Amino acid sequence: MRYRFYPGCSQEGTAREYRDSTLAVLEALGAEVQELEDWTCCGASVAPVMSDLLGLVLPARNLALAEQQGDGRDMLTVCSACYTNFRRTAATLAGDRKLHETVNRALEVEGLTYRGTVTARHILDVLANDFGPEAVRARVRKPLAGLTVAPYYGCQTVRPYSPYDNPQRPTSMLPILEALGAKVHRHPREASCCGTSLLMTKPEVGLTMAGAVLAACEGADCIVTVCPMCHMNLDAYQDKVSRLLGRTVRIPVVHLPQLMGLAFGLPEEILGLRRHVTPVKLTAKSAKDAKEN
Amino acid sequence: MSVNSETLDLTHVDRTLAQQVTPGRWEKMLSCIQCGTCTASCPAAHAMDLSPRRMWRMVQLGMTEEVLRSRSIWLCSLCYTCHVRCPRGIPLTETIVRLKELAIERGIVSSPQSGAFYRTFAEVMRRYGRMREVEFMARYFLASSPLAALGFARLGLTMLARGKIGLELPRLGGEGRLDRLFQRVAELEAQR
Repeated sequence: MRYRFYPGCSQEGTAREYRDSTLAVLEALGAEVQELEDWTCCGASVAPVMSDLLGLVLPARNLALAEQQGDGRDMLTVCSACYTNFRRTAATLAGDRKLHETVNRALEVEGLTYRGTVTARHILDVLANDFGPEAVRARVRKPLAGLTVAPYYGCQTVRPYSPYDNPQRPTSMLPILEALGAKVHRHPREASCCGTSLLMTKPEVGLTMAGAVLAACEGADCIVTVCPMCHMNLDAYQDKVSRLLGRTVRIPVVHLPQLMGLAFGLPEEILGLRRHVTPVKLTAKSAKDAKEN
Repeated sequence: MSVNSETLDLTHVDRTLAQQVTPGRWEKMLSCIQCGTCTASCPAAHAMDLSPRRMWRMVQLGMTEEVLRSRSIWLCSLCYTCHVRCPRGIPLTETIVRLKELAIERGIVSSPQSGAFYRTFAEVMRRYGRMREVEFMARYFLASSPLAALGFARLGLTMLARGKIGLELPRLGGEGRLDRLFQRVAELEAQR
């Protein structure tokens, strides 16, 4: 399996450990990954609001680069907002030749042309469907026995442009988590919204949304996410959510590749578990359970 | 205009707004049956002044000012739940994005925080080509509410201690990485 990797902005900053653990896990699974050269921001949720056209041109610039640098390999994204922007742009331009031409007229200043031949993939899709539970299980060295994990997909990971899972009741993570040896804590907020930028612009509303997810995950040893925004909102605001709910909510939040890396026995310093705001101590409870058993 | 009519003839309403915000698919917008699935599905509906269902009726009726001035459009987090559940298949989430765009274009942004968020983010993106998160946060708080930054100070220090963020100094002067692309897009937008 070969991929052109589009890291996305937070993977160079607050979520560097998401990039590092993704690359380490893909390498362990035998994938060949090359970073897209000269990539720029996908536009996030902002560009489409500033201008309809800008919201298509910024993703198209990166897709065009992937076509130019590629050999037909898929473009891998780890952020659900990037993923949605790429898929939305590809779908929109495939159905509107005039708009496609306008986008290419904009890309002229970058010396690029978008053809519509590259496919953007989400890391969850790749792990669940290109590799799958058997390949994952075969690589496990330290099974997460005794660990109860709450999967959290968030919104744009599975809708509306994701062909690989149910947009409202996703299940892609289950076989992977089971292959790692973990127990799965199912809950009704698996595909709810984490609050995204509302935590900054309307904190009282954003915290209510993040808090609802955290509350639904209580009882699990950790939450596992597949988007840097979801991770940030669930990991970094637990003090504020606790104040809002009037009780302490404290639950480690890890990126899926970090959890896989742990089970694969990859070095913790590569996985970056110490970079999270809510301290991650996953061995404690599983070790305790193991003793009790 | 009342939105409480028991029967409503949508054949003679002002379609400008629906056409503007649901381009190519405005007939779909007029086909909204007011079932309320959108409102029931929205994780931010509790904080909105106009419920999504009511807002779509007002879009059908061409009540541009009222919709653009609402707090509701700035509370949409683009989770696409209403979008995938709408029994009429109306692209609701993307319509809200267009409503936000129109509100900014007309200078009617009822939420100063959201206005500052979008403006600052776009500016950092244009300048560096990629998001510089710390600089963005600093600029956002300066532009919206420096006092609100206090609420984030402790988190900022924790993130600094964990190595999650580092100190970033803005680069001043020189051409922005995406200046030319932004410029070309603005020219093409003007021609459309």
